[in-house]
Amino acid sequence: MFQIFTDFATWLVYERLSLSSSTKLGDALHFFVEDVSKIFVLLLVLIYFVAILRASLDVGRVRDYLAGKHRGTGYFLGSCFGAITPFCSCSSIPVFLGFTSAGIPLGITMAFLITSPLINEVAVLLLVSLLGWKFTLVYIVVGMAVGIAGGAFLDHIKGERWLADFAADALRDGQQHQTDGIRHPSGTQHMSLSKRHAFAKDETLNIFKRVWFWVILGVGLGAALHGFVPDGWIASHLGAGQWWTVPVAVLVGIPLYSNATGVIPVMESLITNGLPVGTALAFCMSTVAVSFPEFILLKQVMKWPLLCILLLMLLTAFILVGWVFNVVFPLVS
Amino acid sequence: MKHVKVLGTGCSGCKTTLRLIRQVADERGVAVQLEKVESLPEIMKYKVMSTPAVLIDDIVVHAGGIPSRDIIESWL
Repeated sequence: MFQIFTDFATWLVYERLSLSSSTKLGDALHFFVEDVSKIFVLLLVLIYFVAILRASLDVGRVRDYLAGKHRGTGYFLGSCFGAITPFCSCSSIPVFLGFTSAGIPLGITMAFLITSPLINEVAVLLLVSLLGWKFTLVYIVVGMAVGIAGGAFLDHIKGERWLADFAADALRDGQQHQTDGIRHPSGTQHMSLSKRHAFAKDETLNIFKRVWFWVILGVGLGAALHGFVPDGWIASHLGAGQWWTVPVAVLVGIPLYSNATGVIPVMESLITNGLPVGTALAFCMSTVAVSFPEFILLKQVMKWPLLCILLLMLLTAFILVGWVFNVVFPLVS
Repeated sequence: MKHVKVLGTGCSGCKTTLRLIRQVADERGVAVQLEKVESLPEIMKYKVMSTPAVLIDDIVVHAGGIPSRDIIESWL
């Protein structure tokens, strides 16, 4: 099914541009053209269909649904919704406050917020097309597990005592009023097909506008790695035997601010060049889920202790994920 | 005169929305009082969860994403 993109790249790079497949430049350019064309086509087609299905889901309904749920199921559901809800990091604060003032416990809100940037339809799509089903499944399970465990942990240590004062007040008010049955009217359950189409068209264009540059950048970096880093260099220098590569990968990922769209092609290239799966996974998750701009935003609603705990918790989680997968993945695949 | 508020924490979409409303209002010669709200407790009062959000005379007419020209024209 994806062969057509390989053929297209071969035609363009080797025939039209008459570059040789044995040169570094030809090899890197082939990789670049193949991946960019594949990703662009898949993005446009699949975002549209996912958006059609998802048209009637919005954060308001997610919040109404999560409010009043039992904690155990709450973490799981929060994380699930995080995975399927479209999400832009500039909305994270309003969402945080919206959930909080509806009386939803901090842990469930955080399960949603941690999972959301890690897993979304674009990320899943890229993973399937670049790294296959098995890896995608692993990625989803791990991403959700980090969100669920993180949320449960923050509630366990009573993280809400370190919320900014106005947010803490909102949470208290919300929990008192939760039993009053105050809910937003959500009467838009039924959507006509033409409305769904309009929504899906807008959504596809919006997402595409937001991510096309990341795709080019990510695949470009991946292609450079692919063409210019000598074969075997990564495997011998950063291989599974070197335990310290995982924490280093996670730390390097913090200042790098990217979304999943940009980092997944880089991850593919790293893995095919011999970087152990766990190390690649840890790097990817750290780049996507932990970033300075995000934390500066969160500082508005959290006090320092909570922010530091959150950061340390995520870093620890990603390092553990990396180590476990470096050990386990070679055994099962 | 209509009182328009744009709620948002300063992301690029909020600035674009503000500019677009100003532009449409100027083109059509409609007098509006345009205000940007960035304070979180203030935003929270309107129970808006996606930004940018737009309020006309303190009623939420839009939340999440940059509104299109047609929609803005229908407000003014």
